Amino acid sequence: MADEPKKVVDALRETGFFKPKKLYDGGKVLIGIVVLFVIVGFPFLYNRGKAAKVPEPELNTPVIQSMPEAERRCVESRQYMRDNHMRLLDDWRDQVVRKDRREYAGFTKKRYSISLQNTCLECHSNYDAFCDRCHTYTGTEPYCWDCHLNKPQEWAAEKVEGEGQWR
Amino acid sequence: MEVTRRDFLKIAGASTIVGILGGWSAVEVLAPGELEQQHLPKPGALTAKRWAMVVDMKKMDEATMKACIDACHRAHNVPDIDDPKSTVKWIWLEPFEHAFPYRHHEHVADSLREMRFLVFCNHCNNPPCVRVCPTQATWKREDGIVMMDEHRCIGCRYCMAACPYGSRNYNWTDPRPFIKKRNPDYPTRSGGVVEKCNFCVERLAEGLMPACVEASKGALIFGDLADPASEVKNILNSHYTIRRKLNLGTEPSVFYMV
Repeated sequence: MADEPKKVVDALRETGFFKPKKLYDGGKVLIGIVVLFVIVGFPFLYNRGKAAKVPEPELNTPVIQSMPEAERRCVESRQYMRDNHMRLLDDWRDQVVRKDRREYAGFTKKRYSISLQNTCLECHSNYDAFCDRCHTYTGTEPYCWDCHLNKPQEWAAEKVEGEGQWR
Repeated sequence: MEVTRRDFLKIAGASTIVGILGGWSAVEVLAPGELEQQHLPKPGALTAKRWAMVVDMKKMDEATMKACIDACHRAHNVPDIDDPKSTVKWIWLEPFEHAFPYRHHEHVADSLREMRFLVFCNHCNNPPCVRVCPTQATWKREDGIVMMDEHRCIGCRYCMAACPYGSRNYNWTDPRPFIKKRNPDYPTRSGGVVEKCNFCVERLAEGLMPACVEASKGALIFGDLADPASEVKNILNSHYTIRRKLNLGTEPSVFYMV
């Protein structure tokens, strides 16, 4: 049993397994490998040192600016909202739709009407510079806005084109 | 038992460390956060054990019914699609023959035959749409309102097949371009979900009557069926009322005075 591996190696040697082989069309293959690396590596090389800037959502909407400095805060702390706004909104949705609980009191104890479209967007009326800026940067596509209006007033004032055009 | 100075210092040191760790965890646990979050019902909301509607057809005329439809569709951003196969409506008009097929016959009074009825979701006590919904996107609330959660709707349309009143419609495409009367305070729907009348839960929560009731000039009466003193109950006691397709056992909460 002990010389089993040796036997195998000997058998392989007899078949010429360890002899150097010729690489057929070697030049073409090598060119192909180089071209592959260039294609794959190009985006990395091209964008080297040009990292996209981390976006800063804008908070300078008229409603927020008109608040007194001391009361200028969201329903929860800034850090909490940054980390958990999606969970908070998910929770809000279930509480309102399934349980009909439509008021929210966070740790500030101030009461807010639960509504993405009417409460959140009342202060954060700058959808593009607030919501979209980070969502675009992180490649997030929340489908909230399929139904909830991101620019309610603009949408309501929009001129309706066509008369019941269908298909 | 005697404690040496050395042992005392050891115990004191260990206690301090344990105390700091315990205090720190207490701070972490009790810090302002999700524990304090509260979701509360709105004060001043209209509540009931079982919401019901009476349609007084003697006070109704076509103009009033159109006003009701208009108010509802404006309030809820209901699209206006011409094609009857793709149309979306929450409240609409049906001739007697369609609204009450089991009451219709060849000798029915001409006045009834020619009358059009204002119809909408019956908010059945035994709703077949709820029974068939595979995701519980539609369910009956404790106050009797058959509610629709479009977030959870997967668009299978079982509920549309189950509803004997045609109260449910499917959004075959994004409805937004077809919405002509627009309300910035209410969401729209997306393509791929079913929608229907919700007895204006969003208005009841604000202490307001449903939009159609407000527009009906007294022809629609909305109230609590379980409250013996309610106007709805009084009307049902003193008048003969009919309900749609009662023999199917769905127990509608919408009553018609004809």
